[in-house]
Amino acid sequence: MPKQAVISGNMAAAYAAKYARVDVIAAYPITPQTTAIEYLSQWVASGELDAEFVPAESEHSAMTICIAASASGARTFTATASQGLALMHEMLYIASGLRTPVVMMIGNRSLSSPLSIWNDHQDSMAERDAGWIQMYAENVQETFDMGLMCYRVGEDSRVMLPAMFCIDGFFLTHTYQNVVLPDQEQVDEFLPPYSPKYRLDPSNPIAMGTVGDPRWYMEFAKQKVEAMEAARGVVEEAHRDFEKIFGRRYDPFIERFHCNDADYIFITMGSVSGTFRHVVRELRKEGASVGLVRIRTFRPFPYEELREAISGAKVVGIVDRSISFGAMKSCGPLFLEVRAALYEQEKKPKTVNLILGIGGRDTTPSMVRECFKKLESVDERREFDVFWIGLRE
Amino acid sequence: MIREGAGFRELPPAAIVPEPGTSLKNKTGSWRIFRPVVDREKCSKCRICWLLCPEGCKIELEDCFETDLDYCKGCGICAQECPYKAIEMVLEEGSSIA
Ligand code: SF4
Ligand code: SF4
Repeated sequence: MPKQAVISGNMAAAYAAKYARVDVIAAYPITPQTTAIEYLSQWVASGELDAEFVPAESEHSAMTICIAASASGARTFTATASQGLALMHEMLYIASGLRTPVVMMIGNRSLSSPLSIWNDHQDSMAERDAGWIQMYAENVQETFDMGLMCYRVGEDSRVMLPAMFCIDGFFLTHTYQNVVLPDQEQVDEFLPPYSPKYRLDPSNPIAMGTVGDPRWYMEFAKQKVEAMEAARGVVEEAHRDFEKIFGRRYDPFIERFHCNDADYIFITMGSVSGTFRHVVRELRKEGASVGLVRIRTFRPFPYEELREAISGAKVVGIVDRSISFGAMKSCGPLFLEVRAALYEQEKKPKTVNLILGIGGRDTTPSMVRECFKKLESVDERREFDVFWIGLRE
Repeated sequence: MIREGAGFRELPPAAIVPEPGTSLKNKTGSWRIFRPVVDREKCSKCRICWLLCPEGCKIELEDCFETDLDYCKGCGICAQECPYKAIEMVLEEGSSIA
């Protein structure tokens, strides 16, 4: 029988790895990810989880260990945040280049300097071109479910890419919520044992990690692109199976809330979506024509789904919890991608960039109302604006 | 063996080499510009070149150490380190330096 449990986001991530029957865990502790790894190491120590736990001396090594273990056919897990993810940067490209479907939880945290242990999306957004599947959870249940989803999609023979599920530091990593944990048999059905076509095996030797000189490199980069594009269909298929087995339904790429007839639409990712949904509901009661799109899968980017969901709106407010310094008006990366997706559309909404919650600053319902005012005040003839919400002038 | 000029759909994934022993087919000595030439009289078989050659291509013969030219890349480490100055780096035929 599936059971209910009140657990934190970090514990949900650890449970996802445990239920996935992970073989090798390698990690280095960093706030706010630490407890996720502590739970796993306790379960390994007590014999509750039959896996290899490697306490690495850095995140770079943790990722390297996961890649090597994955290359030998093991199912792997790691978790990190912020500077730890930045330190892994080099190995992230190697994981996707070697097509080792490592799964990693990110406890989203700001990047130094100044030092901040608090939440925004700068760390994972900086890795958006590394060839990893990226998903962003809104709550603790979704954290667990996305963990399983990352294994399922990443390990699919049509994909074979590493995958990260991103949960907001503290807002999710340390928040306790009521969660349904499934039966092991359900997870086993959703997630068959990992059996890659090629793996490091002394009885059948192959070489991995070779040189790709200019005669070859482009072809392998294109293979990665094909894998990422194939992931679109696999993400959908996996969500259909997920619903069949677990009875919970998610929109694979974007969740739509009051979008069909809305003049004004917010686009969000992660835990802040709850606050936005709450305010959208209130504004609806007050008669405003407003809706919300929450992006769940960011890589591969759901540009077609987004076009379909927002092209009927007058103004779209794209919420970024990170900054692309020096981009158009130094907007956020999500804004750039959504704008780019709309370029081909004949009928397209005006767009506004709302940068908020940087370095863990709280986003309150009144701030969301302020965002809505910005959307309402958009002038047809004016070029787009980038608004910082909650900033002291 | 991977076909020269193969497209991305034909190539194995992730630039792996899916069969063992292909280094025997890929003679990397073709990169070489200088070739080490051993003076058999001077060689004392001290093994220093054998120890230091980064390609592992020093071969022990009865009276000296010789070079496996299929894989020697011509780096010249052996000539530099030989305490008996028994190795000379000679420009390969057809190669030139500016
Ligand atoms: S280092 Fe010189 S002397 Fe020693 S084995 Fe090699 S060639 Fe001979
Ligand atoms: S030149 Fe370099 S590669 Fe060739 S035998 Fe000497 S040390 Fe080895």
